[in-house]
Amino acid sequence: MDINFIHIAPEIIMVVTAIAAIFLDLITDKKKILAFACSGGTAIALLCVALLAINQASGYSFAGIYVIDSFALFLKGLVLSATLIVLFASSSYATKLKTFQGEYYSLTMFAALGMILLPSLTEFISIVIVLEIQGFAFIALTALSKETRSLESALKFLLLSAIATCVLLYGMSFIFGLTGSTFFVDIALAVPNIFEGNTKLLAILGALLILAGLSFKIASFPFHTWVPDVYQSAPVTTVAYLSVASKAVGFGLVLRFFYAVFGEQLDIINWSTIVICLSVASMVYGNLVAISQTNLMRMLGYSSIAHAGYLLISLSLIGIPGAIQLSGASILFYLAAYSVTNLAAFVAIALISSDHEKISDLEGLGSRSPLVAVGLTISLISLTGLPPTGLFFGKVYIFFAALENGYWWLALAGVMNSFLSAYYYLRPVRLMFKGNQNTTDVSEPRNNILTSSPLIFSAASVILLGIIPFWIYDFAEQAILSLG
Amino acid sequence: MFFDQNPSIVLLLTLFLPAMGAFLLFFVQKDSVNIRYIALSVALINLLLSLSILLGKEILWSGPGLSWSLGEYGVSPLVPYINAVFGLRLDGLSLALVSLTNLLTVVAVLASWRIKQRIKEYHFWLLILITGVLGVFMSSDLLFFFLFWEIELVPMYLLISIWGSGNKEYSAMKFVLYTLLGSGFMLIGILAVRFAVGTFDIQGIIAAGAAGTLEPGFLSLDVIYVMFLIGFLIKLPAWPFHTWLPDAHTDAPTPVSILLAGILLKMGGYGLIRMNLAMFPNVSDKWAPWLAMLAGFSVIYGAILVFRQTDLKRVIAYSSISHMGLVLLGVASTNIIGVSGSALQMVAHGTITALLFLTVGLLYEESGTRHIPDLGGLMPSIPKIGSMLVFGGLASLGLPFLSGFAAEVTVFLGSFSVNPEATAVAMFGIVLTAGYILWTFERVLFREPKDRFNRVTDATKIDTTAMILLAIPIFLVGVYPSFILNIINSSIKPIIGG
Repeated sequence: MDINFIHIAPEIIMVVTAIAAIFLDLITDKKKILAFACSGGTAIALLCVALLAINQASGYSFAGIYVIDSFALFLKGLVLSATLIVLFASSSYATKLKTFQGEYYSLTMFAALGMILLPSLTEFISIVIVLEIQGFAFIALTALSKETRSLESALKFLLLSAIATCVLLYGMSFIFGLTGSTFFVDIALAVPNIFEGNTKLLAILGALLILAGLSFKIASFPFHTWVPDVYQSAPVTTVAYLSVASKAVGFGLVLRFFYAVFGEQLDIINWSTIVICLSVASMVYGNLVAISQTNLMRMLGYSSIAHAGYLLISLSLIGIPGAIQLSGASILFYLAAYSVTNLAAFVAIALISSDHEKISDLEGLGSRSPLVAVGLTISLISLTGLPPTGLFFGKVYIFFAALENGYWWLALAGVMNSFLSAYYYLRPVRLMFKGNQNTTDVSEPRNNILTSSPLIFSAASVILLGIIPFWIYDFAEQAILSLG
Repeated sequence: MFFDQNPSIVLLLTLFLPAMGAFLLFFVQKDSVNIRYIALSVALINLLLSLSILLGKEILWSGPGLSWSLGEYGVSPLVPYINAVFGLRLDGLSLALVSLTNLLTVVAVLASWRIKQRIKEYHFWLLILITGVLGVFMSSDLLFFFLFWEIELVPMYLLISIWGSGNKEYSAMKFVLYTLLGSGFMLIGILAVRFAVGTFDIQGIIAAGAAGTLEPGFLSLDVIYVMFLIGFLIKLPAWPFHTWLPDAHTDAPTPVSILLAGILLKMGGYGLIRMNLAMFPNVSDKWAPWLAMLAGFSVIYGAILVFRQTDLKRVIAYSSISHMGLVLLGVASTNIIGVSGSALQMVAHGTITALLFLTVGLLYEESGTRHIPDLGGLMPSIPKIGSMLVFGGLASLGLPFLSGFAAEVTVFLGSFSVNPEATAVAMFGIVLTAGYILWTFERVLFREPKDRFNRVTDATKIDTTAMILLAIPIFLVGVYPSFILNIINSSIKPIIGG
């Protein structure tokens, strides 16, 4: 058993911090201490990831279950940065929770632990266990306020999560039955054999079931129905975390499994066709339904489904020989840009008020709290895909990847969907800056520099990515090349 | 001399000065008059900058113009893998439009003196908009051209939907959606071109297009050409993509209407010349007759619809459609005279329409209505505004020695030999223009003075300055068109190869 403590140092730190948070909760009444303790732990873990990346650490450990490469480090860095922003935002937001503040922090840390483990795992059983760790943390977080609506959506989340896990396990069992192994490496060796003759159908079914199960994590068609409800009723900071980190990790998992196992033979399971169908379905469904939403959180929920659709455009190309460099890197770049964008949006919403926002409540926000309004505007512009923001280049990369491989109509579908999405992303922008009519006497909480720092940081990153995209793209490319 | 040796300074300054001014506004107190002065001084510096380049043309415009790019300094491409390089280029065509933009910025800022509501945000978005438009005219890289093309959307959306009037939210959204629809197609075209040629550099792509080496793998050249075409025709706008224009122009505040009609429409014409005509010379020849038909139809269609309008702003909006049809007609001629004429028409139309929108805006502010049947006999009470409106109208209908005439004649000269039928139809449109312009004036300015307009006051000094600033180039270009025409020609010649 080869145990490499240096490689799992970030995870160890996160476990220790999560458990420490539980005990700290027992002995102190000042819950802000928890926020700072958790942020501290996360920052140290992020530092460890950075050190591992600088030293170009790589290699398997724990009998081949756990791998460290640039790809895993990229996603760990992304997740931990998101965790840090979310924790900072929580330090003011979580005080609005009446109960369970301590649990809020430890659950968030456990979710973070699961999500930084996932990009490194290369074995079925451990993947399922870790998926459950972070899944349950998120379900508990959704139910945290104990209002009827959050309990209802937590139950929906739980049931759908259970079904998705069943589907995933079912698919895994087919593959295990055919190959006799749960390790990606062994499965990859067996792939040419099991996809021939009378086992072909079974193997394809297994692979597709795995894809379907994972589509729950990336919030794409066909397991997307939990998204709007959970977004509407979970704590805003949790939603921020869920929409960003969980999606990034889900895409990481799909990329690692399907690319590591099938490589450039992905088309034996009709990969492109199937993923393109999922992509178009997610984009069209997400964007069309988002248009009619009146609740900001639900709107962003549907938008999250649509963005999964854009990402699936690139994902459909990874099986084409030679295409992984651009299509894979474009996925990682898009994930990074989408993360800061969505974090900016949700952190801004968390700063506005305790309740979940109706879009019409945004009216006059520009004069009430200009900083929040500007942050939310930058984020909405980025979500539309307009320059100078990160997702503009994210979309350019994805559409270029599609064109490079001849799928110009797929790129056109993506472009037309961005065009559709402008309709619902720009309306809130106008409302915010519309005028001074202060119809509701909402006294906005004064935001000081500390509480708004996560917003400033994420909004500035969105702009920075839109002006000099190369500083993340180069990492993304390096990460994707370490996969193959 | 100085500019020759330091292209980076002049180009970067021109492009980013408005944006820098916009961010400077953050440090000024809300509702302070300094906001207006900052915006005005930024606009004036830019205007002087482009004037000094214009007048120093002998030094600069014999060659390919000024260019500068990050790549020359060994900086890695800003957008890796697809290698987009941030670069700027100012040749004759760009210079003409950049100068127009800078002039209209000054005018728009002066016209904004009448806007009292939330002036800080207003000027912020106005200046950001200008940087976006300048970026479109100056980018030497196709991806950054597209980037600036899109940057202009959000400021315009907010300017119309917040400071506008009437059905402003609807109009602003319509403008955004139409433009986005067109630019969506354009983005696919741009990426396909990049994929075929291997570079985003506009000059490189034009060279490849001229040499016939622009051969994409999966999309035929015609499809790419059409994708660009849709984007530019929507912006121009030509029938049947014009329906956003009357709404947006009517509901926008006066200074924004000036910018929208004066320079934003020109982005479409610029794109048609710089992209469609230059990059796809052979395909352009094939499509030219169709474009000419579309142009002729747009000219007539816009002109006929004017007669049905009762809103003074809509009159000018539809006449814009008609006049921008002439730009398309010039482009469709694909010869050097016609294309130069269409570029000249852009400059002429930019100043003339700006003057018309400005005067109509003032007239509306003073009289309180734009509804033509309610107006009448205004000339005695507002002689300054009225006479400038007449001046602009006469320029618009093509009175000799004013810029509209010079531009229209050049377009017709170039176009007649190639597309005689379409040109004849468009010429008939000029007759209609004369008809509706004179008829409108008669109803608005002359006739019996109405009692309720007795108290109407004339233009302030600031308004007068703005109007005169526009009248000068209309007159100068009219009497001496070859000055600007030569500058434009210096960059049209290499495109057409004449």
